Amino acid sequence: MSDADTDHLGRPLVAVTGLGIVTPLGWGVADNWAALTAGRSGIRRIRRFPTEHLRTTIAGTVDLPNEAPGDVVSAPQRVETMAAFAMEEALSQAGIGAKGHFPGPLFLGMPPVEFEWPQRLDLTRAAGAAPGYGGIVAAARGRVDLYETFLFGGVGERLADRFGTEGAPISLTTACATGASAIQLAVEAIQRGEATAAIAVGADGSVNPEALIRFSLLSALSTRNDAPEAASRPFEKSRDGFVMAEGAGALVLESLAAARARGARVLGLLLGCGERADSFHRTRSNPDGGAIIGAMRNALADAGLAPSDIGYVNAHGTGTPENDKMETLGMRAVFGEAAPPISSNKSMIGHTLSAAGAVEAVFSLLTIREGRLPPTINYEVPDPAITLDVVPNVARDASVRHVLSSSFGFGGQNVCLVLGAPPA
Amino acid sequence: MRDVWITGIGLVTSLGEGAEAHRAALGAGTPSLDEAGFAPFPVHPAPALDLDRQIPKKGDQRQMEPWQRLGTYAAGLAIDAAGARDPALLARTHLVVAAGGGERDIALDEAVGAELAGLPAEAAGRLLNERLATGLRPTLFLAQLSNLLAGNISIVHGVIGSSRTFMGEESAAADAVRIARARIAEGRGDIALAGGAFVASRWDLLLLYRPGGGLWEGPWQPLSGRAEGGRPAMVLGTAAAFLVLEAAEHAKARGAKGLARLTDVVSGAARRRGGGGEIAQSARALAARLEPALGAGPLGILSGESGAQPATAEEEEFLASLAAPHIPSRAVAIRRTAGLLGHSVEAAFPANIALGALALSHGAFPPSLDPADTGEAGPVDQILVTGIGQWRGEALALLDRIPESENAR
Repeated sequence: MSDADTDHLGRPLVAVTGLGIVTPLGWGVADNWAALTAGRSGIRRIRRFPTEHLRTTIAGTVDLPNEAPGDVVSAPQRVETMAAFAMEEALSQAGIGAKGHFPGPLFLGMPPVEFEWPQRLDLTRAAGAAPGYGGIVAAARGRVDLYETFLFGGVGERLADRFGTEGAPISLTTACATGASAIQLAVEAIQRGEATAAIAVGADGSVNPEALIRFSLLSALSTRNDAPEAASRPFEKSRDGFVMAEGAGALVLESLAAARARGARVLGLLLGCGERADSFHRTRSNPDGGAIIGAMRNALADAGLAPSDIGYVNAHGTGTPENDKMETLGMRAVFGEAAPPISSNKSMIGHTLSAAGAVEAVFSLLTIREGRLPPTINYEVPDPAITLDVVPNVARDASVRHVLSSSFGFGGQNVCLVLGAPPA
Repeated sequence: MRDVWITGIGLVTSLGEGAEAHRAALGAGTPSLDEAGFAPFPVHPAPALDLDRQIPKKGDQRQMEPWQRLGTYAAGLAIDAAGARDPALLARTHLVVAAGGGERDIALDEAVGAELAGLPAEAAGRLLNERLATGLRPTLFLAQLSNLLAGNISIVHGVIGSSRTFMGEESAAADAVRIARARIAEGRGDIALAGGAFVASRWDLLLLYRPGGGLWEGPWQPLSGRAEGGRPAMVLGTAAAFLVLEAAEHAKARGAKGLARLTDVVSGAARRRGGGGEIAQSARALAARLEPALGAGPLGILSGESGAQPATAEEEEFLASLAAPHIPSRAVAIRRTAGLLGHSVEAAFPANIALGALALSHGAFPPSLDPADTGEAGPVDQILVTGIGQWRGEALALLDRIPESENAR
């Protein structure tokens, strides 16, 4: 391996050679990028289930191909279908391995999954005169299909089998940082020399009544139900919460040396990962911003870059009053007065939760490749407390070599990634 | 690559908490059981814990349900055992947790299920929204979230170097320990906390595991008796186990004693779709990767076989191949822990590593725990821990005794 293939710490440089994506804006990189840079919103009224009695009735849902209204599709099935699509797209772009054989491990960021109400009600009916958990557990006898669907390891195992990844697939959750954590684990595996290639995926498909209600009970969701497309308003004065969304993002990662050796087209580099956990509160950041700032600085240090090297920040930017305020504080602490432009993909796609870190890493690389900053839409009234350049409403041409992509999660799990242009 | 030591363990099982309680209880060989509460499924319940000792704020305790409390408690035990309760040290301690799902509100589930089951879909959907919106407690969401066990460990104990939560039953735990170890070995941090927790006394988990067909029904029996003829024999057991993993040089520099060296952890995932034999084959392939590190001294094997089939029958095949070792003179002793402790899914592999570390530091391998166990109880130099998943995933860990000369205080 030559010096050109290693980073400032002597580790193998990590190249991105394939991208795949599904969001409420569409299936595939081309459709997503076109919609994102056109400033189109993917948020809509929920039609998947009745919404009476819900405080929030909008979301960035992704219907599966051939899904008919009223079909019972569980979160793990949604996650698996969208993740498989994104992986397929990324693998086909990377042109690596062979059909059914990917030469490296799978890191899958996904939400925790469990039996949902349709399954619980079916089993209750089957239990007949013996309702309650004892009855439904008895009625679940022989339902290997349910077991394999809802085991935490189930989705990853089926994806690993389908794409022929190597070793044990790793499924993980760090709340809203999950997708970024999946990428970080893949990068580390390559840097450590455990693998020369890895595939990292983040996927989520949790728009169901109970998940929606749980987030509502934390007062985390926007209730701007009458204007779905205007509901997600990161950094804007009247922002009132995030909008739940679904999707998947996938990246094929390889050591730069391996990618070059096989003549692959390098789309960009994954230069650094930084993380910092917060010990302050289960749903709020420490008011001093220490963990957010630490994650940003750790990512820059890991990449061997200075704040001034960053040309654009892909925000966590959820549109909750709290997040955007804290993220601004973190930006000022790290970048000072010369903060680069920052915009939130979530203004258009909503918060894809476990997928967000991976989805936004894909968009970050496209931003570098296409030389165009996606906007923060719905930016009408500036929040005087947020003085950042949020690329309001309209995409902007800009030549960017390095992007910082931030993901901050409930439970205090914060991960930032630094992505860069391919080497000249 | 740097040596990685286990410098602290936090172990809670149905038999009690801590090193001494487990040494005594493994010797006595009497399981702790609840055979009535979840009949026909026996479970190994949690022992009584004085939560205030590790989770001093009642407010923190109230934000959790039993699973997160158990794990947070055990994580604190591990930190204390490693003498690592120094805020500056904990601030650069990395955290990898293997997690299942947190508790559901069982009473609410049952009430809503009974009310809605007979209604047409549209009406049931409307009423579901109403019942959940008024019935769900906001804090329960956080208690349910898998990554909030790690979140609570950060909040309660101040472990904030990094935080990752792996999901995927037994495999999640194996890879949590494997990756935490690998990161320290390569110098990405000096100290880490890795482990998991599992509460067996939960209807919502019985609902997940029952349809897999692996659970034993009826009065408790020793594991090998249950599993005769390839019958499903898994009894769920409450446990939490956290390991403090530390670079040997870092431990020595701060005067911390190593319980054992965590020499290696290897994992794999056989495609268990064929006609059988894939699991044993995968385990043998993993063992072959450890072979260069195997010595000639007495070897102890702590098998975590769950009782689920065909995994357990194939693990027996694999164990039989190890009992005829590559060095004929080598003494091999095998202990199956899931009979006495139950199978604790995400906690099982870390718990068995913890038991292995204790055995190596005390210089005594446990006595037989199951009628099928073989080999003498006595000092061993190395311990191999198995972690074969009930459904998917295979893993092995190799632990070495730390020579006195290296561990002088």
